[in-house]
Amino acid sequence: MLTIRLAFRNIMGAGLRTWLNIIVLALVLVMIIWVQGLIDGMREYMITAEINANLGGGQFWHRDYDPYDPLSYEESHAPPSPALQELITRGEATPILVAPAAIYPEGRMQSALLKGIDPTQEIISIPGRVLEAQDGDAIPALIGAQMAKQTKLGVGDYVTVRWRDANGTFDADDVRIVEIMHTPVPSIDVGQIWIPIERLRIMLQTPGEASLLLLRKGIPEIPEGGDAWVHRSLDYLLKDILEIIRFRLVTSRIIYGLLLFMGLLAIFDTQVLSVWRRRKEIGTLMALGMERDRVTGLFTFEGALHGILAVALGTVIGIPVLYYTFATGLPVPEMMSDFGVAIPQRLYPSYGIPLIVGTALVVLVSVTVVSFLPVSRITKLKPTDALRGGRS
Amino acid sequence: MKSVIVFTVVVLVLATGVWGRVPPGVNDTIGGPWPTGEEIMRRIDENLVVESAVSRATMIIHGRSGTRTITSKAWRKGRNNSLVEYLSPPREKGKKMLRLGDKIWNYVPEPNDRIITISGHLLRQAVMGSDLSYEDITENDRLVERYEAVVTGEEQYEGRPCWVIGMTATAKDVAYHSRRVWVDKERWLPLKEERFAKSGRLLKTTRITEAFQVEGRWYPKRMIFKDMLSRGNGTDYIIESIDFDVQILDHMLTKAALRR
Repeated sequence: MLTIRLAFRNIMGAGLRTWLNIIVLALVLVMIIWVQGLIDGMREYMITAEINANLGGGQFWHRDYDPYDPLSYEESHAPPSPALQELITRGEATPILVAPAAIYPEGRMQSALLKGIDPTQEIISIPGRVLEAQDGDAIPALIGAQMAKQTKLGVGDYVTVRWRDANGTFDADDVRIVEIMHTPVPSIDVGQIWIPIERLRIMLQTPGEASLLLLRKGIPEIPEGGDAWVHRSLDYLLKDILEIIRFRLVTSRIIYGLLLFMGLLAIFDTQVLSVWRRRKEIGTLMALGMERDRVTGLFTFEGALHGILAVALGTVIGIPVLYYTFATGLPVPEMMSDFGVAIPQRLYPSYGIPLIVGTALVVLVSVTVVSFLPVSRITKLKPTDALRGGRS
Repeated sequence: MKSVIVFTVVVLVLATGVWGRVPPGVNDTIGGPWPTGEEIMRRIDENLVVESAVSRATMIIHGRSGTRTITSKAWRKGRNNSLVEYLSPPREKGKKMLRLGDKIWNYVPEPNDRIITISGHLLRQAVMGSDLSYEDITENDRLVERYEAVVTGEEQYEGRPCWVIGMTATAKDVAYHSRRVWVDKERWLPLKEERFAKSGRLLKTTRITEAFQVEGRWYPKRMIFKDMLSRGNGTDYIIESIDFDVQILDHMLTKAALRR
């Protein structure tokens, strides 16, 4: 108890220097939790949005299908195996057919992907119902807002699409844009035109075929796909997104490290200065019978007290700041929608107990360690030398 | 007098086509025998299909944002093996395109010495923003093996008498389901061609505006390709020189040769 009282009195005696150290550490603590919360919020959003709008609860791919290789699209389609067909019949899977095409908005040729989807499916959140029961001969088509912006197409517009059937012969027809969907997930938007799958099967001469199947979330048992179909779990499908997040985590941790380093440097400096300037005090304490370990403990605790007070101050500063961003979110610049991953219009951070407690513990432990390093020299001091204030 | 009237009626009836068009393959009609569609395609193939050739060509692309001119040299051997090297402008110089069967490799020397593989539908993509696809530039298929043709009439085109034939694909893997071709009756060149999608939509037109005779065969000198779905102004393809039946060593048409 004496040690605690002494330590508290000593660091308060240092005045402004102590408070500057505490404020810097508190700001570092709040900053780390805030930025990490934003990254966690972004990760949760990206994963949820991808699952809901694009991935479903996992997928089966035709064995030749590779979403990153447009050359694979033409050859990667087949009828689903009986087991997978059974899933489709039960509404636990929905087929998607993919075909490369060229479109001619305003007479300019652009590459595009035709994607056939069952308009009645409810596995992903694409508003496929708008493709049902459209009047006229033109093929009803659904595009995303980014695609609409890029091609300057609006609802009711017609655009010529050219594609090749399964034999490689050109065909062309007009599609009519019946809806523009606003989705944060670029992988169902950019360069894509969604049309009814049965229509696309007729266009490609591939009756009953699909390129991939989307599975409903939480289906109890994944069947065997057979020779032509390969199961892709959510872990596999989210690999790229998790990789992006992991990369962001690494870079943000470097920044945390630098911030913390600056805070700890101030503590280290304070401790070195304390040991140097308070040698006579150390000598007196030892001469009066205080053991070396207790003296070391006192000085270490003085340093660690900076961390404890920083956590307290960080709580006072952090709660309103973190709560405000949690409640209102942060607006995301529009340019970030071109990044190729699901980006929300407002980013809401996610602060978990492990994040807050873990960060506070990291600050406390590192401050304690940094406080101990300079004062460990005290154990080598002779009381007489210390009283004299000379070197040992 | 009666015989004169009968003769006149017969002539008028025949001239107005009351007896109908002559079915393909039947050679006798007014104005002399009509060749069959197959004969016409065969004559076109004799002109255009080459065993081997080395040519220099200029491509003038009339885009919406201006005109670009690209010159190239091509080595062609057999049906679908060819190498094209771009000679100008400086931005394109040194780029090469190799076709072996249904695969194409594009070699880009700058900035990072890359070879890009193209196959499948990309073979039918436009080359360098032109109205020609990779397939248009490199194809050397015999029409008779991929289409059946019906002679649908005779017309003057650009002052030259032509057979008009309608071609429909017999092979499954052809790019264009049907074509209508105006074939020069004397030179057996497809002076004008319309290429259609399966739906019947006109996709592309080609016109031969100048031809020259080399080693006994007529060959296009200047052609205009136009993608009818786009609003561009077409692409001129001019063959500056061509030598037929030139010996082209096998090693020239390999991937390894792209970097030489």
